[in-house]
Amino acid sequence: MFLPRFKQSFPPPKRTGLTCSHLVKLYREMLRIRKVEDKIVELYPRQEMKCPTHLSIGQEAVAVGVSAALKQKDHAYSGHRCHAHYLAKGGAVAGLFAELYGKSSGCARGFGGSMHLVALEVGLVGSSAIVGGTIPIAAGSALAFKMRKLPYVAVAYFGDAGVEQGVFYESYLFAALKSLPVVYICENNGYATQSPLANRQPPGPIINRVKRLGGHVAAVDGNNVLCVYLAAKKAIAYARQGRGPAFLECRTYRWLEHVGTNFDYHLGYRTKNELEQWMKYCPVAVYKNWLLKNKLTDETALKNMEAEIGQEINDALAAAKSGPPADPAVMAASLYA
Amino acid sequence: MHNLNEKREIKYSEALSEALAQAMEKDPGVFVFGVGVDDPKGIFGTTLLASKRFGQARVFDTPLSENALTGIAVGAALEGMRPVMVHARDDFFLLAMDQIINHAAKWRFMFGGQHSVPMVIRGIIGQGWGQAAQHSQSLQAFFMHAPGLKVIMPSNAYNAKGLLMAAIEDPNPVICIEHRKLFDLKSFVPSKPYSLPLGRAQCVRPGADVTIVAVSQMVEEALKAAQQLNQRNIQADVLDLQTIKPFDREAILGSLKKTGRLVIADTGWLTCGLSAEIAAFACEQAFSHLKAPVKRVALPDFPTPCAKTLETAYYPTSQSIVDAVVDLFGKVKETKPLDGSNIAVIDAEFKGPF
Repeated sequence: MFLPRFKQSFPPPKRTGLTCSHLVKLYREMLRIRKVEDKIVELYPRQEMKCPTHLSIGQEAVAVGVSAALKQKDHAYSGHRCHAHYLAKGGAVAGLFAELYGKSSGCARGFGGSMHLVALEVGLVGSSAIVGGTIPIAAGSALAFKMRKLPYVAVAYFGDAGVEQGVFYESYLFAALKSLPVVYICENNGYATQSPLANRQPPGPIINRVKRLGGHVAAVDGNNVLCVYLAAKKAIAYARQGRGPAFLECRTYRWLEHVGTNFDYHLGYRTKNELEQWMKYCPVAVYKNWLLKNKLTDETALKNMEAEIGQEINDALAAAKSGPPADPAVMAASLYA
Repeated sequence: MHNLNEKREIKYSEALSEALAQAMEKDPGVFVFGVGVDDPKGIFGTTLLASKRFGQARVFDTPLSENALTGIAVGAALEGMRPVMVHARDDFFLLAMDQIINHAAKWRFMFGGQHSVPMVIRGIIGQGWGQAAQHSQSLQAFFMHAPGLKVIMPSNAYNAKGLLMAAIEDPNPVICIEHRKLFDLKSFVPSKPYSLPLGRAQCVRPGADVTIVAVSQMVEEALKAAQQLNQRNIQADVLDLQTIKPFDREAILGSLKKTGRLVIADTGWLTCGLSAEIAAFACEQAFSHLKAPVKRVALPDFPTPCAKTLETAYYPTSQSIVDAVVDLFGKVKETKPLDGSNIAVIDAEFKGPF
């Protein structure tokens, strides 16, 4: 059983160094991601979004906490489960929906789909559907930053299976050798498709293995957005100072099936009880309760926020659906620069 | 333009070295990395000038982590740098195929043409001195197959410099496949920087009877074959493809209109190789001009063997090209023994270890 055993408590608001409006904004970002993906769950069965779609429901705190610690000019890379990373970095909701609907107004002009989100204007350089595929590419961005003496960091998000790829060790060691400003965010959600971690890796935390490689290595409760933010801030500062790579293991959970919009505990590779325990530890809900308890917001404000997000999503959806379909005439011109 | 009075002849390896150094001079974003690029041998001399002139900040040794380093080149290229990665042998490309094919080649298209990935990966084909199965492969077909890459195969010192400089200036990922047997061959090379257009073939010998489309070291063999064919009153039109992806369709068509006969000479394997693609192109686009079936001279479908006797049997030569052409004309083949003088000349200077 992969249970939410590693729970960290929220720090006192003052210790976060964030203003009240910042703290509320983190909630808004998570809620926005959740609502966008809820909308996908609602509409996907209509068979109009014709691409394999890997949802991040349950994992929102990682993307939001990390992005809050990044600057816009820092560059991020993602993998196949990239919706949350794209939105948290500042990618437009309309660009995401349009991409899922195969429109030329999609963030990748309909060439990529759900697994290849990109938002150059806000520093999401791309997303690869090969697990670990962007691990070395982020190190390459970091190498360029270092060679050009630019004060930016590059971030790559990947799952627990990312550290099973040889290219992770190759890239991490090179980043350590050259002290590259690269930050690796490992979202450990316990499964790679339907394969549990215990089938794939020797016992013991992932960070224990990575620690031997050098750099700044830490684990964090990936369902606690403030803990993720603070841990990411530390990791990013370490990398930005030119001290080498940083690795942050964020323990979290994917509520839905690997790909698609349904629950899948009936398959038997994980239990309903396990899912329910994680749903009780929902990163969005626990943070909402904390905000209310600390009187950083109130029910009325949250209600308005929810309505605004709902409006944003509906507008984005309408714009996406009414856009022109991806244009085959531009395929040839899109191959070479 | 080039100074026509300049008579300078330099080696293929020196031309590559000069191209790198001059490309780095022109563009501060160019850097060179790979296993051994800054060691005293400098990848058979090809990175020595750059290394000497620009030092370790821009020419640096790397761990033997081919896949990661390729991805690192992709990332640096996405940030506007111009990485040049070097493999001392073509065979090491295979360790990096995920980053080359799944990432470098696709990145631009996969995101709707928003990025460019200006990077070059050099790899060297080994041949001779018993280099056997894993130090000799000629893998151009793998890279031709995947959309998004460009592939160049310089055949002499002049185009080695011009094509490599063009590859570094090109905004796309370019695979540069060099041939170790050519490294010591000299030809005229202007000392000034110049680049040759990618995607253009070069007619290296005009003729009206048969088209020989050749690449890399097989251009040498084709020229030698053309001399032998001349003695039989067969005039070969020898086309050096130079760039194999995209390859110069117009040049091949133009030549076939003239000759109606085609022999393709490749350094790689026969099955699904470069020669298969050119043959398919000729059948699809120039069938009405063809007076005879297309012939291919390529490696047999075996890995490379080691022993001299096996190597000699394995590699096609100018004589293989002559035989293929003679077949096309339906004449009886001469039974004189394999000449192989070209190989002998090169091997005379070609000392071990390689």
